[in-house]
Parts: sequence; C-alpha cells; structure tokens
Amino acid sequence: MNGILKLAYKLLVNDKAKFSALLVGITFAVFLMIQMTAMFAGVLSRASATVFNLGASMWIMDPAVQTVANTIGMPDYVLDATRSMQGVHYAVPVYSGGALVKLADGTYQSVTVVGLDDTSLFGRPQLIQGKIEDIYGENGFIVVKDPEFPKLGNPHLGTEFEVNDHRGVIVGIAKVASSGLFGVPTLYTTYERALQYLPNPRFTISYVLVEPKSATDIAQIKQQARSLGYLALTRDEFVSRITAFYMFQTGVGMNILIMTIMSFVVGLSISGQTFYTFVLENLEKFGALKAMGAKSRELILMILFQASFTALTGYGLGIGLCALLITLARLRLPDYAAIITYWNLGLAFAMVVIIAAVSSYFAVRKVLRIEPFDIFRG
Amino acid sequence: MSELAIKATAIVKWFGEGEARTQALRDVTLEAYLGEMLYIVGPSGSGKTTLLSVLSGILRPDSGSVSVEGSDIWNLGSDKLADFRLHKIGFVFQDYHLFPRLTTAENVAVPLILKRMNWDEAIIEAKKYLEIVGLKGRADLPPVKLSGGEQQRVAIARAIAGKPDILIMDEPTASLDGDTGHAVVGFVKNNILNGKRCILIVTHDERINEFATRILKMEDGRLTGYEKGGSE
Repeated sequence: MNGILKLAYKLLVNDKAKFSALLVGITFAVFLMIQMTAMFAGVLSRASATVFNLGASMWIMDPAVQTVANTIGMPDYVLDATRSMQGVHYAVPVYSGGALVKLADGTYQSVTVVGLDDTSLFGRPQLIQGKIEDIYGENGFIVVKDPEFPKLGNPHLGTEFEVNDHRGVIVGIAKVASSGLFGVPTLYTTYERALQYLPNPRFTISYVLVEPKSATDIAQIKQQARSLGYLALTRDEFVSRITAFYMFQTGVGMNILIMTIMSFVVGLSISGQTFYTFVLENLEKFGALKAMGAKSRELILMILFQASFTALTGYGLGIGLCALLITLARLRLPDYAAIITYWNLGLAFAMVVIIAAVSSYFAVRKVLRIEPFDIFRG
Repeated sequence: MSELAIKATAIVKWFGEGEARTQALRDVTLEAYLGEMLYIVGPSGSGKTTLLSVLSGILRPDSGSVSVEGSDIWNLGSDKLADFRLHKIGFVFQDYHLFPRLTTAENVAVPLILKRMNWDEAIIEAKKYLEIVGLKGRADLPPVKLSGGEQQRVAIARAIAGKPDILIMDEPTASLDGDTGHAVVGFVKNNILNGKRCILIVTHDERINEFATRILKMEDGRLTGYEKGGSE
C-alpha cells in the first residue's frame, strides 16, 4: 500500500471510537436502504410470480388489467383471432383465478388455481413428484410445493379435497421459480377443468399466452391485438406494468421510497458529522503535515481514502447484516418476501458514494483552509 | 565564516484589516549559517514566531525576500515550496504535534513517508533516529505513553529524520521542566547540530542560552540587537 494511504488508514482505524461510530452509521444506513428496497423487490417479484412461472413471451389481456392476479375475462374469439394473427407462432388460453378448497379436516383454504391449455399444457410447472399426464385423470390437480404448501395440510399424491363441491385429487407436486404475493397455495389443473369446477363469469379466458414467430413480429402482434380492443405485452412489459401499479398506485412504492430516503439522510447525517468531527479533531495534525511538506493533493488523497475505506467497509457490513436478517427471517417465515437484487446493491452503493463524497467535501474544504502558520501560533 | 544557510532581507509582514491591521515584522534582515544555533528571543507578540514562519516557507511575507542556500523560496510555487519544506526544513513544534494514534516510530517515519519512502523501510529508518535521540526501546509505544521530555525527543527525531539542513524549533523547552529542557537542548547542540546544520530556536528560556551560537533580540517586529555572539 502507498505509504501515504497507509498513514491515512492508520490514522483512521487506530481511532477506534470514531472509526466504530463511522462504521455503525454507514452500516446502519446501508442496512436500512437495502432492507427497504429488498422488501420492495421481494414484493414486486412475488407480484409477478405467475408471469415468471408460466414463462410466455407475450400476454394478451383486457387493457384494464393492472396486475396478473386481477384478471378480466376475455371472450373465446380473442383466442381464435390471436391464432390467426400475422407473426403468431402459437397461442394458448390460460385461466387464473381464486377458489376456496375444503380440506380433509373440514377447514377451508383459499388457493390460486391456474388452468393450463388442455392440449399443450403450456406453462406447466416442473414436477418433483407424480407424472404430468395424470393431470388429465379424473379430478387431477398439481400442487406447488412452496412456502404456502403446508396451508393445504402438506398434501401428498392422492390427497383429496373439495373445490366448489367438486372432488379434487393431488396427482403431482411441483416446484416453481417464484411464489405468489398473497400467501395462498397454488394449484394447477387443465383449462377445461378449471372452467368446469370454478364459478365463472360470461367470459372465461384470463390471458392468451402467445409465442411470436420472431422478435420482429412483436410489434405487429401488439398492433393487431390493439385493433381487437385488447392489450398485448411482452413478459418484461407485463412485469413493468405490475411493478408500476404497486409502485405508484398502492402507496407501497412511495412508503418504501420515503423510508429509503430517510435511511440515506440518517446515514449521511451520522457519517458526515462523525467524519467531519474526526477531521476537525485531526485538523492540527493535517496542518502539521502541511508544514512538514505534505502537498494539498496528498492531504485530499488521504481524506478521500479514509472516507472511501469507511464507506466501503460499512457498505459490506450493511449488506452482510441485511443478508443475515433475511436469512433469519426466512427460517421463521419461509414466505418472507425480500430479495437482494443487483439493483438494490447498486442503489445502496450509489447512496454510500454520495455519503462519502459529501463527508469528504466538507472535510477537504476544512483541511485545505488550515494554514501551517496556525500550527506555529498554537 | 561558515556557509550561509538563510538570508532574509527587509522582511515586512502585516496582519489584519482596517483599524485592526498591525505590523508583525518591520524590515527584518538577518543571516543564519550552517553550523550555528541561532536563538531568537523577545517578549510575547514581538514577532518571533512570525519570523520563524516566514524563514521556513510557511508564511508569505508582504515584502522582502528569503533566500535559503541561494534560492529565493518565496518565488517558488506551492508544490515546490512544500518540497522545499519537506527536504530542507525540520520542524519541532511547541506542542510537538505528534500523532497520538501512531506509534513513536510511525510518528518519526512521517517525513520519510511524505518523501515516498516505502513504509517498512521508513519504520526501520525511523528506529535509527529514535536510537539517536535515546529512545530505542520506545519505538512501538504511542506518544501518550511517553514523558514530556521523551515526546520532545520524538519530535526532534521526526524533524531530523528527513535529513534537513535547517532545524526550526519553536519554544522547545516550554512544556518541559528546567532540567529536562536543558538536557534536550544540550542534546540537540551536541548530537544534532553536528557542525553542518543550522538550528533556529525561538525561546523565552534563558536557562538554555549557554548553547546558543548567537542570540538575536526582537521587539515590536524589529530585530533590536544581539544578546550573544553578534555586534549591536
């Protein structure tokens, strides 16, 4: 390590009280910022779970749909019209809705039922027990083994239940990429059985899942859907639409934003003030260094190094603390919705850089203004 | 006559603005030579520290020139001036200004580190200077664990570690008892001066006058004569 940087490092870390205070401030701020945004990322990821799990490239829906859970039925001709559109490789219907199942012990449990296209079973989950063809058997349902699975009494192959006075049988246990947001178990069955077993409005297709022939066909599929009076979105666009809904129309996004900004301000206040105090207490020493022949840029380098080192150490500790908390929370609450994404890390990093920059700025100004003559005068 | 170390000519320095404006140095001219211990004495506020600061490249005079070993230091740019202080001047501050969070050896190594010496080599070198000032066994202690006299010696070791030609000492005995102060300055005279350095000392302490080559008196920003070693 460069001698001057090592000198800066020793001056910083050997002042254990100040260094600890700085680390606590930044670690706490990073922890709060990442925790807040991780919770939001978790909510958004769960809110789009069905979109991720079914895996379709494009979705056609009623234009009023805001989230994948709030479906608005479409008439059957939409499916036929979609299949005849230019650029469509194939299109299948999917049913998505809620139901109440009666378990063997007589209790009721809300579930999400996904009805897959009978012919292709497009969007089927990955089975970990059972055979996919059994879904065509009498009353066949596949249950997703996720954190909500125990709410159905930890069913096994052959477990029976009632749904809307119809008998249902578990014929497969599956896993999916992402669990839903609302804390209810998910059952898969065929599209036709979903329509037969569950009470439905006049129009029954929740979404038409589309695979375009090529990426260049997406634009014309959107145009053709629009001319039908419906909305065609790519998977990413649908996820963005769901994200925008939760972010801007539920208050969740604003609350998270406010908490994140507060965390940033708290971190900036604690760390900025502590670092400034640290520099003030060492101002005479910086003046002595100047008198001895240290150049201004070397003093700036020392301060920037001290601020960056503290910020990055606090950043790492904050991430570690957040990851630990999420891990511990998931031990108690398996469906705890918080995920640390690169976006969270990037945002927190940017804020930590700002904290370090602001702290350094005021410290550097102070150090550059100190006159070595003041050291002589005492 | 020894080689000229510092030549100050017609130095003037003002402080403050308007009615509070005061003249700290009034047309001060002096010469200091390698191999001498030059004291500057006088009452508080007479301009001793201001003069020391101007001579050492810390405080720019309003007029006049300071030539050190032949070059006018106040014509140098700020980086060159910092380099001049680093390579030519060693400072012993009145309050020592040691870094309390560094060990004694690390404190002494600071000028060497500023000179871009490798950290480990600088520490080894610093320990040699600690040995010179009689603090061989104190290298790994923080300065706060040392007595006042020992801290003063650490400051001296730090000042000479960069091998400067000129040593500036501001009130070197102010924080020491009489015996310790006497011993420290005696040590400097016998072990640091070596006939090839110029040592400028600002002091009020008459008990150390015996070590001076010359003693210059200052009053109201003027050099008013010699107490020792010069002509009035």
